Amino acid sequence: MSAATTTPAAQVSDSGPGIPFTRLVQVELRKMFNTRSGFWLMMSILIVAVIATLVVILFVPDSGITYATFGSAFGVPMALLLPIVAILCVTGEWSQRTGLVTFTLVPHRGSIIAAKAAAAVLVGVVSMALAFAIGAVGNVIGAAVNGLDPVWDASFKDLLLIVLANILGLLVGFMFGILFRNSAGAIVAYLVYAFVLPGLLGLLAALQDWFEKLQPWVDFNYAQTPLFDGGPSGEEWAQLGTSGLIWFVIPMAFGVWRVLRAEVK
Amino acid sequence: MITVQNLTKTYGPFRAVDDVSFVCQPGQVTGFLGPNGAGKSTTMRIMTGLTPATSGDVRIDGVHYRDIPNPGRQVGVLLDASAQHAGRTGREILMLSALTMGLPASRVDEMLELVSLTPAESKRRVKNYSLGMRQRLGIANALMGDPKVLILDEPANGLDPAGIHWMRGLLRHYADRGGTVLLSSHLLHEIEIIADEIIVIGQGRIVAQGTKADLLQSAGTYVTSVDNQRLADALRAAGQTPSGSGEGISVTVDPAEVGKIALAAGIALTELRPAGSAGLEEMFLQLTSDTQREAVAPTAGGAA
Repeated sequence: MSAATTTPAAQVSDSGPGIPFTRLVQVELRKMFNTRSGFWLMMSILIVAVIATLVVILFVPDSGITYATFGSAFGVPMALLLPIVAILCVTGEWSQRTGLVTFTLVPHRGSIIAAKAAAAVLVGVVSMALAFAIGAVGNVIGAAVNGLDPVWDASFKDLLLIVLANILGLLVGFMFGILFRNSAGAIVAYLVYAFVLPGLLGLLAALQDWFEKLQPWVDFNYAQTPLFDGGPSGEEWAQLGTSGLIWFVIPMAFGVWRVLRAEVK
Repeated sequence: MITVQNLTKTYGPFRAVDDVSFVCQPGQVTGFLGPNGAGKSTTMRIMTGLTPATSGDVRIDGVHYRDIPNPGRQVGVLLDASAQHAGRTGREILMLSALTMGLPASRVDEMLELVSLTPAESKRRVKNYSLGMRQRLGIANALMGDPKVLILDEPANGLDPAGIHWMRGLLRHYADRGGTVLLSSHLLHEIEIIADEIIVIGQGRIVAQGTKADLLQSAGTYVTSVDNQRLADALRAAGQTPSGSGEGISVTVDPAEVGKIALAAGIALTELRPAGSAGLEEMFLQLTSDTQREAVAPTAGGAA
């Protein structure tokens, strides 16, 4: 009850140590785990990887028990879960209004956004690494159970490219979070982008010649397919760049610009 | 010291804050009083860099809020106690702030003790907190960095009378040590209990400011007599504008003046005193009556 612990002294000043970026990343990481929903969202990534691995061991025919099969089994759930992790780490500040505290403790919103992006990417990379490890264990067990030699048909480079593809998906989710600042809106936008749009654009490409040639340059999903296919060529990297500019860099820049100017209520 | 200079914030044609200037001195608790929607919260959000001002300037000891490195260590802010993630525990919320500011975990326990949240309560999720508990958590959060300036929006909202009394002691002590405190409220009695200096805001404009004593003095006189009707007539004849107030009459001049008028008219007074906080209440309602959502009911038609 006593206020003895507070001894205000001297004046407020604009000199003195600031807040290091690593500390902000640490705080943002902690925020992703310290709510019940956040914790279980993270757990679900691991649980999904384990379930996908078990399903492969139990139901895939012997000839299919290879490391690549395990990798693709948790590919889709990861493509869904990681962007949601990224979206929620952004939108929570607005939907739960925690931004009132976050942005008064750190008035430089750009730093917070960067810290959140770093934390989300970190979580994405670690999740993918864990999933690959779980898949590797599954591959060894699956082979042993079926009396086969384990087949390692994915190189380290292949794995890196798959991680990159998932991180790109995560960043698009992050971008929608920044753009909409609303969990439901951002998640729906991401689902449309990741699961509806490819079909529509594919249809358009099938019907219109001009779009078929244009598609690799403007369709970010399409441009990512080489990442799962042994690696992009020089031209395909360029296509990743142009489509990424359209689907990530430009909307992200617009979203950040708005966040920096918007009122936090 | 907080210096607000010609601060204006417009939303289209609506002027939420309209040319507001005031100063909060160190060593004092400054109360920011006004009805809902008067512009208190907007002003406080501008102070802390959450809302850009349309024009004007706010400085804290000459510094803009966003230029303060690690501001939590210098300025304690509570803008809305309910703005917390419902799924986090109280302790975890303080922990995040401590981490951001670079403070040890032991500081969290000190703060919990300071605001009388028990260890068991601090491990509960905030969705299970009462408003009073959220306010205590918010105050703990604001005080954690041992700041020199406190900016608190409606901190007494939801506190029980004992809680308000506790907060008065806490802020009093803090100001006595040289801290600057600005707190807002839409309730006169809260501000009256806690603040030294009062700023009344209505419709985005400052309508009165001064020490509590100043404002009380200008609140006029309360008088009763054996014949209120005749006294009211006499006051009116003397150029005053008496109004009915309960059993008696309120006038905006000081008691000595009322006494002289009554003596001249030969009316025996039964009670004569400064209107005090009741007068302040009336003044508050009048000053902000344009901005009230409901028109203020006249206290009584003319003299009683």
